[in-house]
Amino acid sequence: MKRGRIWLCAAPLYAFTLVFVLGPALYLVALSFAQNTAGTGFCWAFTLENFARMRDPIYLKCFRESFRLALSTTVLNVLLGYPFGYFMGRLGARGKRLLTFLIMAPFWTSSLIRLYGWIILLQVKGVFNRVLLWLGVVDEPLKILYSYPAVLIGMVYALLPFMILAVYTSVEKLDWTLVEAARDLGASRVKAFCTVTLRLTLPGLMSGVVLTFVPSMGLFFIADILGGNKIVLVGSLIQDQMTRGGNQPFAAALALVLAAMTTLMLWLYRRLTGTSELEGVV
Amino acid sequence: MKKVGALPKLYLALVLLVTYLPIAVVIVFSFNDAKLPVSWTGFSWRWYEALLRDAALMEALRNSLLLGAASSAFAAVIGTLGAIGMARAHYKTKGMMEYLSTLPIMLPEIILGMVFMAFFALLRLPFGWTTLIIAHTSFCIPYVFLMVKARLVGIDKSIEEAARDLGASPARTFFDVTLPLILPAVLSGCILSFAMSFDDVVISIFVSSPTVSTLPIKVYTQMRTGVTPEINALCTLILIAVVLILLVSAALRRKSASDGKQ
Repeated sequence: MKRGRIWLCAAPLYAFTLVFVLGPALYLVALSFAQNTAGTGFCWAFTLENFARMRDPIYLKCFRESFRLALSTTVLNVLLGYPFGYFMGRLGARGKRLLTFLIMAPFWTSSLIRLYGWIILLQVKGVFNRVLLWLGVVDEPLKILYSYPAVLIGMVYALLPFMILAVYTSVEKLDWTLVEAARDLGASRVKAFCTVTLRLTLPGLMSGVVLTFVPSMGLFFIADILGGNKIVLVGSLIQDQMTRGGNQPFAAALALVLAAMTTLMLWLYRRLTGTSELEGVV
Repeated sequence: MKKVGALPKLYLALVLLVTYLPIAVVIVFSFNDAKLPVSWTGFSWRWYEALLRDAALMEALRNSLLLGAASSAFAAVIGTLGAIGMARAHYKTKGMMEYLSTLPIMLPEIILGMVFMAFFALLRLPFGWTTLIIAHTSFCIPYVFLMVKARLVGIDKSIEEAARDLGASPARTFFDVTLPLILPAVLSGCILSFAMSFDDVVISIFVSSPTVSTLPIKVYTQMRTGVTPEINALCTLILIAVVLILLVSAALRRKSASDGKQ
């Protein structure tokens, strides 16, 4: 059989990837070892100074805060998203279609505007406080906006659909006869769930964890908007160093460490589930 | 066995309610007469009228639509051809290349934005349309590539071989056999790419110029200084357009599915 010149098909992808993915990646590594000079410039003198600088307690705190936020976001997403995806996977065909539509549709509205909706809801004189006051739950309005809980709400809200769809994809594929078999063999509902359902949907759950954890390390604008600059994450730090700070090598070093942390997460995911495909991504 | 009780259904409904709550508030306040989204002062169309007169906002909207269309079109061509080439031919570098080409959606956006800003400065590319399109294409390609790749796995290779044996040229085989089979995947990849590009703020902030701005950048800047209800109005309109598009495409899909059965 003649294969002809089919390999030429992949040439544009090869060219684009080499120039605009590998190129920037190598440049990032090189830049992180470059020396920052006064003003916005830098020179190509090898130094580890950019990495050493991260040991400063201020920057360590940034990493800690980012990690803490990403972790809390992921845990909350698992707790909220797994049951949702699970029950969604058990609905009838019509219910599944409707819920997939309802979960996907907000993707099409600007994520910023949805955050703005939260500002309207959470502000001191906002809808949420009015309802609480009216119900008599609180005596004076809560100051949720521009605080840690507000940022957490925004993060969970922005990333929950990814978790739901990832879990749903794997629950959908689940062979329910296996669960029934476990039940017939005398396993309690809880035991059947833990030993069969949970195990078989673990790839979806892990995929959801990666899909929420990885972006949440970098979603600095949610913390910016809902946290009112009180919470400085690695993402905001990188942006600040690139623009106002004018220290490109330090920004590159920060980005490299963040990338390394992310890659580690993805590697762990592959080791734990034995697949490289993220379920529910596409 | 596969029954969902009342309590789980209530839970599903509750989560969906919270999902749509912020969107609902934005829509409601787009019809509010007052400028501040605090209390309801009466129904008004004034923000919709103001929106049409706001040239800067309309330009940002146009830019975002163009950028989304251009990036997803480039991604469709590069990603589809790449997936076909990689599935049908064997390269030693295949695994590495797949990893690299999907990297842009595997890393936090902030890294991509920062790296592109530094890299484009190195290449001395003028910031604006060129840089925006390159950056957006880079994170659109993985969506098309992964979708087409998944679709190609399910296609029987002997159909293509049959076409070739019957004398069709490689080009003819591609357009008459392969492309129709993978078209749904290409289209879904395009749609997803467009949505991601249209909504991107983090990467755009790093690679845009003061003269070429996108809608998300405009909204982001306003959110830090003060949002005018025109944005609410614009988002309401976009939402209506999206729901219409989704409903029409769902109807079309159902129609083509039922045609296929006959």
